[in-house]
Amino acid sequence: MAERRRAVPFWRDERVLKVLTQIGFVVLVLVVGSGMLSNYRKRGLTFSFGFLDEEASFHLAEGIPFSPTDSYARAFLVGVVNTARVASLGIILATLVGLVTGIARLSDNWLVSRIASVYIEIIRNTPLLVQLFFLYFAVIIQLPSLREALVLPGNILLSNRGFVLPWPRPTVSFGLWWPFLVVAVIGATLMLILRRRGVQRTGRPSFNLLWVGVPLIVIPVLGWLLIPRSPLLLDLPEIVTMSGGVLKVEGGTKFSPEYTALLFGLVVYTGAFIAEVVRAGILAVPRGQTEAARAQGFTNGQILRLIIMPQALRVIIPPLISQYLNLTKNSSLAIGIAFLDLYAVSTTMLNQSGRVVEVFLMIMASYLTMSLTISLIMNIVNRRIQIVER
Amino acid sequence: MKPRALLPLTVLTIFALLIVAACAPAAEEAAAPGGRLQLIKDRGKVICGCNAELIGFGYINPDGEFEGFDVDFCKALAAALFGDATKVEYRPLTAAERLPALQTGEIDVLIRNTTWTLTRDTANELDWAAVSFYDGQGMMVRTDSGYKTLDDMEGATVCCTTGTTTEMNLADAFRMRGVEYTPLLFESTQDTNTAYEEGRCDGETSDKSQLAALRSAMANPEDHIILDVTMSKEPLGPLTAHGDNQWNDVVRWVVWGMMEAEESGVNSQNVDAMLSSDNPTIKRLLGVEGEMGTSLGISDDFMVYVLKQVGNYQEVYMRHLGPEGIDIPRGPNELWNNGGLLYPMAWR
Repeated sequence: MAERRRAVPFWRDERVLKVLTQIGFVVLVLVVGSGMLSNYRKRGLTFSFGFLDEEASFHLAEGIPFSPTDSYARAFLVGVVNTARVASLGIILATLVGLVTGIARLSDNWLVSRIASVYIEIIRNTPLLVQLFFLYFAVIIQLPSLREALVLPGNILLSNRGFVLPWPRPTVSFGLWWPFLVVAVIGATLMLILRRRGVQRTGRPSFNLLWVGVPLIVIPVLGWLLIPRSPLLLDLPEIVTMSGGVLKVEGGTKFSPEYTALLFGLVVYTGAFIAEVVRAGILAVPRGQTEAARAQGFTNGQILRLIIMPQALRVIIPPLISQYLNLTKNSSLAIGIAFLDLYAVSTTMLNQSGRVVEVFLMIMASYLTMSLTISLIMNIVNRRIQIVER
Repeated sequence: MKPRALLPLTVLTIFALLIVAACAPAAEEAAAPGGRLQLIKDRGKVICGCNAELIGFGYINPDGEFEGFDVDFCKALAAALFGDATKVEYRPLTAAERLPALQTGEIDVLIRNTTWTLTRDTANELDWAAVSFYDGQGMMVRTDSGYKTLDDMEGATVCCTTGTTTEMNLADAFRMRGVEYTPLLFESTQDTNTAYEEGRCDGETSDKSQLAALRSAMANPEDHIILDVTMSKEPLGPLTAHGDNQWNDVVRWVVWGMMEAEESGVNSQNVDAMLSSDNPTIKRLLGVEGEMGTSLGISDDFMVYVLKQVGNYQEVYMRHLGPEGIDIPRGPNELWNNGGLLYPMAWR
């Protein structure tokens, strides 16, 4: 034992080096941190989060309700919620766009694959901020004013004050109806399990997948008919003239031009990157797999769904996580187009309160939390998919 | 990583730490004696934070040079310090960037239509030197909208630039009147104005001087009116970081000197002739008598250079904001003896 210790001097002993490195890191953090604090004190600045309870006295009109008498903390929450709204819907839509265009780019159809490559190359090679500015200032706010608003079929209002969609609103009898929804979902799940068991036992599904849809549709419709009044009412948007002659939209669900521009911009931009990730994943599956499947008589759809995608997903998921994180962080460009995301609200906060360092720490902590949450969820998904590997 | 590679890395880290530890106090000491004024003198130029997109106050002219009412005060400071009005480094800043830029010492002085408020003076650790322009917040709307007062604006969307006092005054003004409205906050004045001009907002709010400047640059200025309401007091002026009184004094007395020159009738044309004036105030102002400059830490004849190269307050005002500029009536920005609010402190 003593001989072996002599053979490895302490500066090459991995255990000692690990400890040394960690001590070095802690010292670095302490030196930088104390330097920062002493500079801070030298300038006569104080470090405190007390301002969060103070009245904000500015107004924010996007997302959850806010009034100037609310606190700074609530203002920050408005920003966090708005970022989450954009990022969550953006991630879902960008995945769909990316999946479709990624597959389309590999299509044998010349036109389809060319359109997909033109879209991907243009979007991927221009800056996002430029795209957002163009989308917002040159497209969305050039829409007609509310007075001449476009009404699309289905009562969708389009104007430079935003998009308003008809929206189903629950009425009093909704309380009686929702148990039917729960039963429908449970029924459909049971049928799916039954079907999978059948496949495992006999290697052949006992009934077509479409049958699962039957309870999903029949039970809620039955419930709708049984209940005295309809549980949902379609709330149609309507332009009303107010006392001063000002027009205002009432009813429906409204998407502000800023939200629309940011969501659309992020989805189109990130979708192009995801498309390339999907293409790379599909190309990573050996060609022999496709040929073998075709020889077995699989259709093209089946090959993609049953042979290629399960294997491609293993390659796709890790770079996909980076794209999701990019989308979330890129949403901070919202400030350029007046959307009140986390960063935009924080800029107002730090200007009005003068708490620059505190607010920036809050911004960083929030983005870090969001990114780590996305990473965590996607890593779990990734692990489940990797198990399939033989 | 192989342990073999860790040793040099550890050595390098410790070395870096030693350097950081050695440098941190040294840098602070260097900044301490003489303060900001000495730093500027050693550097040979003033770093001035200003606006780059507000016609009349601070903007880049077609020749690519900074120009405007605020910019002329930057030039006046350079003239006072170095006898050369061109010794300025301009840092164009957005409303949101400007205060941190001054707090961190990136710029020497901020002259960017910044309102003097209690919170900024205290919590943001800044010091205003003087008020160079008395402004008030106004509201611009389309002529055909039929709005006459803020009370008519129920349900309106109002565009505004973020990081300004405007944002808070707007909230106060509408809250006081019990009028519901939707604010839309942009980062740059230019974007705010574009959104308003394209009809995204029913009204645009800002300091009245700014609105006048923006209106004059629009495609059809007559389609827009500035409502006859003043939502707030907006005293604008140059400011410096908190706690450096010597530098702050220089800024303040240069501004007041330009007002004093207008009051005494000294301007860029007659300054040479005025050097032989019998008027004791003018003698002190131009450094012929007394040691006003020396007590500020600069040369005694600093106002001669300021007046020769930039001019007095009236000349600066007329050049940018008068009828040849964006045409804002002087109103409260007249001298105190003409019914205005400009009152330079006693030059003795």
